[in-house]
Amino acid sequence: MAALLARRVIQAVAVLLGVAVITFVLLHYLPADPAALVAGRSANAQMIANVRHQLGLDLPLPLQFWRYLTGLVRGDLGRSYIQRSEVTTLVVARIPATLILMACGILVEVALGLTLGVIAAVRRNGVVDRTVMMFAFVGVSSPQFVVALLLLYVFAAHLGWFPMSGFGTPAHVVLPALTLGLLGAGWYARMVRSAMIDVLNQDYVRTARAKGLSRARIVLRHALPNALLPIVAMIGIDIGQFMGGVVVVEAVYGWPGIGQLAWQAIQEVDVPIIMGVTLVSSLAIVLANLLADLIAPLLDPRIRVH
Amino acid sequence: MNTKLVKSAAMALVLSGGLTTFARADDAATQGGTIVVTYQDDMATLDPAIGYDWQNWSMINSLFSRLVDYKFGTTEIVPSLADSWTISPDGLVYTFKLSPKAKFTSGRNVTAADVKYSIERSVNPKTQGPAGGFFHSIVGQDKMADGSATTISGIETPDDSTVKFTLTQPDATFLNVLALNFASAVPKEAVEAEGADFGKKPVGSGAFKLDEWAPGQRLVFSRNVDYFRDRPYLDGFKVEIGQEPLVAILRLQKGEVDIAGDGIPPAKYLEIKNSPDAKDLIVDREQFETSYITINTTKKPLDDVRVRKAINMAINKDRIVRIINGRATPASQVLPPLMPGYDKAYKGYPYDVEGAKKLMDEAGLKGGFETTLYAMNTDPNPRIAQAIQQDLAAIGVKAEIKALAQPETIAAGGNKDQAALTWSGGMGWIADFPDPSDFYGPILGCGGAIAGGWNWSWFCDKSFEDRGTKADAMSKPEQKDERFKVWSQIFTDIQSQQAPWAPVFNERRVVAKSKRMGGSDAVYIDPTRVIDYEAIYIKK
Repeated sequence: MAALLARRVIQAVAVLLGVAVITFVLLHYLPADPAALVAGRSANAQMIANVRHQLGLDLPLPLQFWRYLTGLVRGDLGRSYIQRSEVTTLVVARIPATLILMACGILVEVALGLTLGVIAAVRRNGVVDRTVMMFAFVGVSSPQFVVALLLLYVFAAHLGWFPMSGFGTPAHVVLPALTLGLLGAGWYARMVRSAMIDVLNQDYVRTARAKGLSRARIVLRHALPNALLPIVAMIGIDIGQFMGGVVVVEAVYGWPGIGQLAWQAIQEVDVPIIMGVTLVSSLAIVLANLLADLIAPLLDPRIRVH
Repeated sequence: MNTKLVKSAAMALVLSGGLTTFARADDAATQGGTIVVTYQDDMATLDPAIGYDWQNWSMINSLFSRLVDYKFGTTEIVPSLADSWTISPDGLVYTFKLSPKAKFTSGRNVTAADVKYSIERSVNPKTQGPAGGFFHSIVGQDKMADGSATTISGIETPDDSTVKFTLTQPDATFLNVLALNFASAVPKEAVEAEGADFGKKPVGSGAFKLDEWAPGQRLVFSRNVDYFRDRPYLDGFKVEIGQEPLVAILRLQKGEVDIAGDGIPPAKYLEIKNSPDAKDLIVDREQFETSYITINTTKKPLDDVRVRKAINMAINKDRIVRIINGRATPASQVLPPLMPGYDKAYKGYPYDVEGAKKLMDEAGLKGGFETTLYAMNTDPNPRIAQAIQQDLAAIGVKAEIKALAQPETIAAGGNKDQAALTWSGGMGWIADFPDPSDFYGPILGCGGAIAGGWNWSWFCDKSFEDRGTKADAMSKPEQKDERFKVWSQIFTDIQSQQAPWAPVFNERRVVAKSKRMGGSDAVYIDPTRVIDYEAIYIKK
């Protein structure tokens, strides 16, 4: 276990370093000049050069990266070009909102996806199954902004059950989480269905049935736990993805998460923020996958940690 | 105005309105109440030495005070921090007497030293602000800007309530420059205590103070009870951030929002415009804006003036205006119609495809040529670029469209060897102050023809440069009209002789407000402040 952790930490550092290098180089070669943007439209050549020097953008690229890296080791992600604040502060301020949306979104998609997947598997090839799979199909193929605007229009603007936009009360999270949940549930329903069908065809299930156990008990106690493994891996992936911010949902509902910060920074070529958000979300993906790997053996002792 | 277009105008300070329009008598103005304003993007900063986009400009304006200011809804200069001022007969020395009543929200009086410090801070390269160049007429500004001096020698403070500026040459726009947000008084001790975070925790002497800033969520402003001037009417205003423009309009219709700062998205525009409440909900005004195509005068074959004139004659401006639902007027020249110096007699180049072909023929380009057209990638700009592309194809010019994000488009225009033609839409030049010279220096003068600059025509003509410098030296009040005439002739000559631009349209600005909001249209689309938070009020 300790060896696995050590190995994974080393891997994680390597991944993050790789992400940092690639993002840094790509942003450097972006055909836009942050110094000219900061200096404004009335700047003369000298003013642009001054700003470039202040931002350290006149240094050779490897030296710029080294400076960034030494800051990073101290937990310093630099200062935003546009907002001038420390990137660490800006990102940390966004993390609670992102965490809440992530947790609620995953809760909705897993609850909905598990229920629908199990029902579809049990009623395989029936009308219920087809209806559920149709929903799953629509779910996985709908664009986020369409579903988000639709829910917003019906439940907030028209019926007035939920606030239209913003952050702060439990009511605010319902629609954004539902948007994420409805779309994600499709994936989960399909995965649970196929895993369940697989398990339901196993000999031990037939044995259970032969013993005369109730159907509910067979499905929930014997089959479902064995079908959960891929779901855990999937949740791990979702945690990572949502921690990077859900740009569209955050934009429609005015959710002050990391995605909103990243989107604005990208439009303004605010390199330190783009770097910071990329690193934080990469870290989240690495951690979430590690977590999924650690949980898997608990659910299925056949998986041994090497 | 299209939402994307509005968003992309970040960086551009929106100034709008009319010189001849005066605020309606606001006798119904009442005191009290708080309102809700929405924007999609979080504020970049509230630091007056740095903030330079059309969202934070109004807010910064309401947080700080300057020596002089504009009367609300107009372009008339009035006293503010300064009770009075004198200008020496040669136009080189400006002396201001400060109001003894002005106080920072920290409780301290505003002194002459604060004014000096604040302007020096705007010019100081360490501030990394966009403002330094505006103060170029002050003696010693150059030394401060290049880092070789730590103060500006041309700003003196004989006593606590007197500020004296000495200029290198008479400057007719100097009072306008002192009315810019960049000249706002800031307390040195607060700036030094907060460092780079001053923009998040601003301390000023303006009508409002900032109570709270929750990143990505809201900014809460409340009335400064110690404000040395009469207003504001509002007890406060809350700016809600992250609001999608469409959602903001839905909320405004429900009465949850008072001002939708990003305007009305196209999907909602006609519905609202045709609704019975339209008159109360929409403010639609002209602004100091021109959208244009820059023609890189250093690139072959665009270095031939006949080709540039042909391009001007090939553009069907009426059709382009229809593409944006008629929210603009076709433009004949560089200056927008509201700007002093606008030449009513000059009609510009007519839409004349045959005439354009003839010019191409004379230039030896009967078979046409291939070129590139850069444009921003947010709606409606790609559609406008396509219309331009079709118009150019009619005279044999095959333009390849390069639709990029705003920073990349600006970088392409600011690179002499890259952009041949650039459509300025979404980044159109909007004046910093109501003076024609602001439409020359950075966008048509030699100073702006630099890598990373905004003179994307790379037009740099010594004779026009000299005429501009002479015009700006005409700083005596009685020379005002004559000076505008000189500028008018400069712009007309540039366009008729050299045609470095194809001016396309002057776009109007649209703001949506709730029915309870009072005040004339001019204080919602103010010529110099965008929204006058000091002058708007809630109707009783």
